[in-house]
Amino acid sequence: MPVAASAIYFLNLRGDVLINRLYRDDVGGNMVDAFRMHIMQTKELGTCPVRQIGGCSFFYMRISNVYIVIVVSSNANVACAFKFVVEAVSLFKSYFGGAFDEDAIRNNFVLIYELLDEIMDFGYPQNLSPEILKLYITQEGVRSPFSSKPTDKPVPNATLQVTGAVGWRREGLVYKKNEVFLDIVESVNLLMSSKGSVLRCDVTGKVLMKCFLSGMPDLKLGLNDKIGLEKESQLKSRPTKSGKSIELDDVTFHQCVNLTRFNSEKTVSFVPPDGEFELMKYRITEGVTLPFRVLPTIKELGRTRMEVNVKVKSVFGAKMFALGVVIKIPVPKQTAKTNFQVTSGRAKYNASIDCLVWKIRKFPGQTEPTLSAEVELISTIAEKKSWTRPPIQMEFQVPMFTASGLRVRFLKVWEKSGYNTVEWVRYITKAGSYEIRC
Amino acid sequence: MSGHDSKYFSTTKKGEIPELKEELNSQYKDKRKDAVKKVIAAMTVGKDVSSLFTDVLNCMQTENLELKKLVYLYLINYAKSQPDLAILAVNTFVKDTQDPNPLIRALAVRTMGCIRVDKITEYLCDPLQRCLKDDDPYVRKTAAICVAKLYDINAELVEDRGFLDALKDLISDNNPMVVANAVAALAEIQDNSSTPIFEITSHTLSKLLTALNECTEWGQVFILDALSKYKAADAREAENIVERVTPRLQHANCAVVLSAVKMILQQMELITSPDVVRNLCKKMAPPLVTLLSAEPEIQYVALRNINLIVQRRPTILAHEIKVFFCKYNDPIYVKMEKLEIMIKLASDRNIDQVLLEFKEYATEVDVDFVRKAVRAIGRCAIKLERAAERCISVLLELIKIKVNYVVQEAIIVIKDIFRRYPNTYESIIATLCESLDTLDEPEAKASMIWIIGEYAERIDNADELLESFLESFPEEPAQVQLQLLTATVVLNNATVETDNPDLRDRAYIYWRLLSTDPEAAKDVVLAEKPVISDDSNQFDSSLLDELLANIATLSSVYHKPPETFVTRVRTLQKTEEEEFPEGSEGGYSETSSAHAADNGASPPPTSSTPPYATTKQPAPAAPVPDLLDLMGLDGDGGGDNAVVSVDQPVKTAGPPLPVLLPAASGQGLEISAQMVRRDGQIFYSLMFENNTQTPLDGFMIQFNKNTFGLAAGGPLQVPQVQPGTSERTLLPMVLFQNIAPGPPNSLLQVAVKNNQQPVWYFNDRISLLVLFTEDGRMERTAFLETWKSLPDSNEVSRDIPGIVINNVDATIEQLAPSNMFFIAKRKNANQDVLYLSAKIPRGIPFLIELTAVIGVPGLKCAIKTPNPEMAPLFFEALETVLKS
Repeated sequence: MPVAASAIYFLNLRGDVLINRLYRDDVGGNMVDAFRMHIMQTKELGTCPVRQIGGCSFFYMRISNVYIVIVVSSNANVACAFKFVVEAVSLFKSYFGGAFDEDAIRNNFVLIYELLDEIMDFGYPQNLSPEILKLYITQEGVRSPFSSKPTDKPVPNATLQVTGAVGWRREGLVYKKNEVFLDIVESVNLLMSSKGSVLRCDVTGKVLMKCFLSGMPDLKLGLNDKIGLEKESQLKSRPTKSGKSIELDDVTFHQCVNLTRFNSEKTVSFVPPDGEFELMKYRITEGVTLPFRVLPTIKELGRTRMEVNVKVKSVFGAKMFALGVVIKIPVPKQTAKTNFQVTSGRAKYNASIDCLVWKIRKFPGQTEPTLSAEVELISTIAEKKSWTRPPIQMEFQVPMFTASGLRVRFLKVWEKSGYNTVEWVRYITKAGSYEIRC
Repeated sequence: MSGHDSKYFSTTKKGEIPELKEELNSQYKDKRKDAVKKVIAAMTVGKDVSSLFTDVLNCMQTENLELKKLVYLYLINYAKSQPDLAILAVNTFVKDTQDPNPLIRALAVRTMGCIRVDKITEYLCDPLQRCLKDDDPYVRKTAAICVAKLYDINAELVEDRGFLDALKDLISDNNPMVVANAVAALAEIQDNSSTPIFEITSHTLSKLLTALNECTEWGQVFILDALSKYKAADAREAENIVERVTPRLQHANCAVVLSAVKMILQQMELITSPDVVRNLCKKMAPPLVTLLSAEPEIQYVALRNINLIVQRRPTILAHEIKVFFCKYNDPIYVKMEKLEIMIKLASDRNIDQVLLEFKEYATEVDVDFVRKAVRAIGRCAIKLERAAERCISVLLELIKIKVNYVVQEAIIVIKDIFRRYPNTYESIIATLCESLDTLDEPEAKASMIWIIGEYAERIDNADELLESFLESFPEEPAQVQLQLLTATVVLNNATVETDNPDLRDRAYIYWRLLSTDPEAAKDVVLAEKPVISDDSNQFDSSLLDELLANIATLSSVYHKPPETFVTRVRTLQKTEEEEFPEGSEGGYSETSSAHAADNGASPPPTSSTPPYATTKQPAPAAPVPDLLDLMGLDGDGGGDNAVVSVDQPVKTAGPPLPVLLPAASGQGLEISAQMVRRDGQIFYSLMFENNTQTPLDGFMIQFNKNTFGLAAGGPLQVPQVQPGTSERTLLPMVLFQNIAPGPPNSLLQVAVKNNQQPVWYFNDRISLLVLFTEDGRMERTAFLETWKSLPDSNEVSRDIPGIVINNVDATIEQLAPSNMFFIAKRKNANQDVLYLSAKIPRGIPFLIELTAVIGVPGLKCAIKTPNPEMAPLFFEALETVLKS
């Protein structure tokens, strides 16, 4: 059964109900007590997001200082329920303009009740697209910050748009200047052994778009991915220009992309929602260029001293640079004193996370700064367990670089009025979970 | 852009309700709107604002859509408690369903469907019929769901009024969202009906598959889930279906992906061409892997499902084992599931990599995860014969780290490896013997002793080693003693002194055997052990089929078929019997099954093996006299003892108790318990089920401070619980021992320990039912006087929805056994009013007034008592009795 919820509760960290909505009669109104007593007040909290208590099941997620709890008593669709919560939260955020927390809920409870009534009926998720809902659920004149045309009075055909085939874009948008911004954001996930061999490495990328386009435009996006290129050369019966082609392991698309067409023609064509959205996500495991190599040597000298040497090498082009590089090097809990030397950036010992934190604001390509540190430990008598050596973790952003080598080949916009569009493309590579064991 | 609604939560001083009443009737629109917001705010924080019903209702006729929605929200919450007044709203509802604005039409029909009051339901039919044929798709899609709501309230009505046909027509609607909601509604109705209502023909199938392209993401989920029940006629049709579903795998919504996977897996069963199957497996792998980059909660759901999928189609992810490597910051529930899948995917090809990972995990911080990682190495050794040696060498490396729990866990798994591959790896025994001193957990000790005994001939100093254990023999837990005994018999050395009967018996048997026929003894003790097998593909084929058909649902997360945990009462049919959910972890559904047993109803269906099926009958009557002695109850008349002892074992073996400590959290020990009242005395009825490998004994219990100061009235008397069996006991309870300060609540925190395990903590709830004393009956005059003498502030009332009183006398009889005594009844218009009394210890009376309309759901209960703060507990208790 695709039912996702019989009831939904928003609780603060103490367990007080901030807002709740019962969609079905099969769970009692006091089920939230059971959640408080059997999950929130026990060590169970956080050990498993799906729990059965009595005849009911609870799914819960924590988002900032709010627990969102879904209660069901049937064999509900859990995937649907969690996805609904995620989508609902992003919808609320788009309405409140930013944060989703206890205060935001209290300050907007009338609006949330109204939205909860609209986005789920009898436990079945309905349309959750912010663009469309904002057409007719308006509190204190919420309006699109992008559109130049005010939408104060409810659009008469709102209901048609909610249920329409293009349920994510409203009609009649007008922009003086038609612009599209396209960002390719890649997160590199790496797990490297202490000996420097790559255990697992992949890139999860997102294509983010910001569209300020009039009317109902049709867009088509071309990337330098292998399947797309092959298909294209097949169709045009001529080989495409040489250059690196990328093999995508998997792609998922925003609901605006015509999947059947993608399946048959391998083209990404869509009518975009207005404003900001995530067009597609992809995953790549082959041919990833790691932007950084980390070479750690950590020596434990007796029971009270440690020597830490970490060399970080940037392997991207010398003209590029990385921003906000942070390297967290774990040290034992009983660290007493640390002495550093770094060839670039600044380092300090952070006792609350038991790490040496080395920050380099601007990190040029083809360089290799080092950190060498001496760590003095308090000798403890009852230290039976040896130090577990958590991995070194790294954060960074490298603008105009993609670890996968993915490039946008074209972005075409068609609209019946035939206007011209300005297209902007940016690339950035960030660290996902970038871990080096030591 | 942010709102400022929090001001509505600020409470005014006393007299809040009258103040709100005044504001609701204000002549100014804005003031009324603000007042309704305040009412909703009060409702949200749990205040009872039902007394404002008529005033809120007066605001319903408004042009302001926001205000209308708030009033409707209020109605949904309180209509059931005020069914007569709710009727007043009908006119506005019906009018709204004809409003020119489609949003208002839809809102009215949606809200009406949520109000479960029979009289309103009648008025819903005509508007619903109209709305199903409305010009506006938004109204039609809302009406479609409303049919499912109506079916849930009154199935007959839906069938009689032809709503089902109207709903089926909507499947051909030209609007995709209407189609999706109609499919969802029909699928749900079919789920709850035994007659075929929604049968998917190949025609509807192809129509729905076309609709998929245009639906919202959620609509795609509804359609895919409904279609997954379709059985294709042949391989060709199956291939066609699959081809049209596979594009969905690229959807960003995880629910769409999982539902598509479910449907493809179903159809694949029919596809015979190995090429097509291989190709499909190749297509499904990447989307499944992508799910692992979602939120951790979604990852967890995905991992539980992948666990099932790889059991059926191991090839799908055979090359993707790396994606299941744990990240350091993964939540523990994600790590544990990844580990399970790594074991399943481990093969001769990737075992080296996998072992390196396991070894890494075995040095992490979380003890449970570390232990699981060590076990995982053992399971790989048992699964992959060729890798066994490498597994053992990793285990030996781990033993060298000398982290206590790692060593012990490693020894336990090495024992299993020895059993799986006898006479292969005994060369490592010497290394194992080095860590003999560090062993302090029974299971690890027992495993070590087993190894020594089993390979005694090859260990030069086996007798010395065993002797070192024998020195501490009397202090060892039974598990170790038993193993030690077996081992020593193997060494032909069985002279033991002990007072554990099990141990002594086994010792005697061995001793007799040895003294009469040493050869026979050898046969018995050294008999071949059953070979340990790989348990990583643990589900049998038919169960796996069922679980796979439920991908993405709870069933696939719990790895249990739906009927074992869905307790939903379908319709009020005779066969309805609330099953005791297997492995349920709370105490909310206990009472009705107890009743079923009392009525001699048919036993629960065999599908849910009830926990008491394996219960060992307690030694007849043995503990009972002790209990009575303790409580000084033998003064009750000598003859009673006999009666009790006949009566007790039957009862104690009877109804299943709610599970409070599931085996999963009690390292194999499951504790079920419930407070009961017998012969004016409160007992704690407990059952201990031992799912560990070792016998458990030396049980002790303690209760935390609680509202009523409940504490154990004597020591807990539980015999040793053998592995795989369970024991029941009744613990007498005393009141007012360690009273918790603060407002009354029903929480009872319990701690239980035994000799083998750490202390377990679990929570129970105290029901007032066990506290109502037998002397709670009041005379009419006394009742009236007490009622008058108590101030009005001591009156608390509550509406208990969902309870139907069909017969006043039956209700009186139902309440009497719980010591709620009938005093008087009267009729008020169509309502029946009942007066009852009850008393809890220290002479605190409850004066009860129940108001209900015969045969109509909903009961109003008002009580007066000197301790009004006890009222919530009282209502809870009353609800429990009446719902049973």
